[in-house]
Amino acid sequence: MSTTSEAPDTTTATKPKLKTSAMIASFADPGQRTAPAPFGHALVAAAEADPRIVGLTADLGKYTDMHVFAKAFPDRFFQMGMAEQLLIGAAAGMAETGMIPFASTYAVFAARRAYDFLCLDIAEPNLNVNVVGGLPGLTTGYGPSHQATEDMAIFRGMPNLTIIDPCDSVDIEQAVPQLAASPGPSYLRLLRGNVPTVLDEYDYTFELGKAKQLRPGTDVLFISSGLMTMRALQAAEQLAAHHVDVAVVHSPTIKPFDTTTILDELQQDRLVVTLENHTEVGGLFEAVAGVAVRAGSGRRIVPVALPDRFLDAGALPTLHERYGLSTNRIVQRVLAELSRDGAP
Amino acid sequence: MTLAPVTATPPSAEFAARVAEVEESAYRARHYALNMGEVQGQGYVGQALGSADMFAAVYRDQLRYRPEDPHWAERDRFLLSTGHYAIGHYAALAEAGIVPVDELDSYGSDDSRLPMSGMASYTPGMEISGGSLGHGLTVAVGMALGLRLQHSPARIFNFLSDGELDEGSTWEAAMGAHHHRLGNLTALVDMNALQADGATRTVLGIEPAEEKWASFGWYTQRVDGNSAQALLTALDTIADRAGATAQPSVILCDTKVGKGVPLLEQREKAHFMRIEEHEWQICREQLTAGHEGKASA
Repeated sequence: MSTTSEAPDTTTATKPKLKTSAMIASFADPGQRTAPAPFGHALVAAAEADPRIVGLTADLGKYTDMHVFAKAFPDRFFQMGMAEQLLIGAAAGMAETGMIPFASTYAVFAARRAYDFLCLDIAEPNLNVNVVGGLPGLTTGYGPSHQATEDMAIFRGMPNLTIIDPCDSVDIEQAVPQLAASPGPSYLRLLRGNVPTVLDEYDYTFELGKAKQLRPGTDVLFISSGLMTMRALQAAEQLAAHHVDVAVVHSPTIKPFDTTTILDELQQDRLVVTLENHTEVGGLFEAVAGVAVRAGSGRRIVPVALPDRFLDAGALPTLHERYGLSTNRIVQRVLAELSRDGAP
Repeated sequence: MTLAPVTATPPSAEFAARVAEVEESAYRARHYALNMGEVQGQGYVGQALGSADMFAAVYRDQLRYRPEDPHWAERDRFLLSTGHYAIGHYAALAEAGIVPVDELDSYGSDDSRLPMSGMASYTPGMEISGGSLGHGLTVAVGMALGLRLQHSPARIFNFLSDGELDEGSTWEAAMGAHHHRLGNLTALVDMNALQADGATRTVLGIEPAEEKWASFGWYTQRVDGNSAQALLTALDTIADRAGATAQPSVILCDTKVGKGVPLLEQREKAHFMRIEEHEWQICREQLTAGHEGKASA
């Protein structure tokens, strides 16, 4: 609290224009290629091929791109109201009758409010219910009520549950039909709205349960998931200018984890960096570390991840910079780690 | 609010026969429950005895199922939300010919298909894994939606307890069932006035339960849950309305923990009732004597 007796300056002319969370709510870079509502359109395409597919939401149809499906298939869309336990329990019941439900809400609500229902009504009987969680990790500036920074940590302990952390519209378009065709339950970290299109520039297809190398490199190995693969690719480009050769391996399936590919990549002597839009607790970093330790590797692995604390509210670019997820911060981090280890 | 109509005309001979069948089935099921409880030396016998008439009324009189094919697609669904009532459900499944009577002795034992808390993956005829209370009605809503979407004539019965009315998810489901006009869904609530920490009214008061359900848009009846006649009358009313209404139905069934065995009816009410080794035979004799007395009355 200020103790000065001077009157504060209240003239607006001298105030800097504030950056607000409402102004910048997308993680897409300016001018980046995007696809609109890839999840909604992919679900419509899958539902055209399979009449068992139904869609449910908990008062977030417009905000999880489920509205696209609702418009195309009004008779196969079910609004469950702002009632996440009912959303998940009812999805289980529909699957028990042979339907293939996709149930959407925000990731915070799927993970925190409806866990018991997903665990016991869906995962235990191993039903084909696909839970779609919007705003995963740090993809909103609204603060801890909306930031699902620990959703993967919560869900990784659940037997039978497949966890997908897609990078872009390509991943989402290709994952949806595969999840519908796959027998057990899944949790998809949804990227919504105008979603960046990145992976079509690489020789890449999404394959459930598989990690894929997007670019080779001899100095550093990036293992990434979700939107951080986009950042990993950008950082790799920038590091090339620093004469650092970076490989990028994208692992959109967090569980079951592609141990074979990851172990194979860990064979080479490179600085290993994991990159995830998630707390450093219980997500990709620990999945990779677990694979390494089980195989007897004692090597150091550097996590680029969110800190183990409740995050600030604000504009996404500000927050990504603050918490180390921005391309710039990744490049700095890698250069610092390499100088710590001795230059390559 | 809608309550059970008072039957002015005497019941028909056919109705009386149905009532007698349910009463006989409930009587046998109570014996099964006592036998299962004796194997464990304890258990949810009080609940099984209290709810035997509810299970018998539904399984004996209402459900369409094929004992030899528990997964028959057109079967009516009976969802046990209260997993610990499995002992009562197993007795009903034995009565239904879905679980062999001989198998009941394995209740709660290692590698048994009849675990202490009901699980779908273990037991034929067990539709869901209840036990985490407040789940059953949410799953029932989904089943009702899914079956309706597939133009199935099947009905869905969800068995829950008054303690489960504490759970917010039960009321989420109650709202959802009304909103989606699920006339194919019936909830049966065992109003035994008892939950884990004591009497329901002292743990978290849920009365007036009829007004609550009615205000949530359900066709609501409250009956003596230990009267086969009252239960069948209520179930008949729902069946008669089913074709003409898209309203979900609930029957609040007031029951007595330990019903049919005076020794247990009078014992201090407990969620997990302790019965001494020498008392099991006394319980069986009291049950038989009471039933024979009623039959000869």
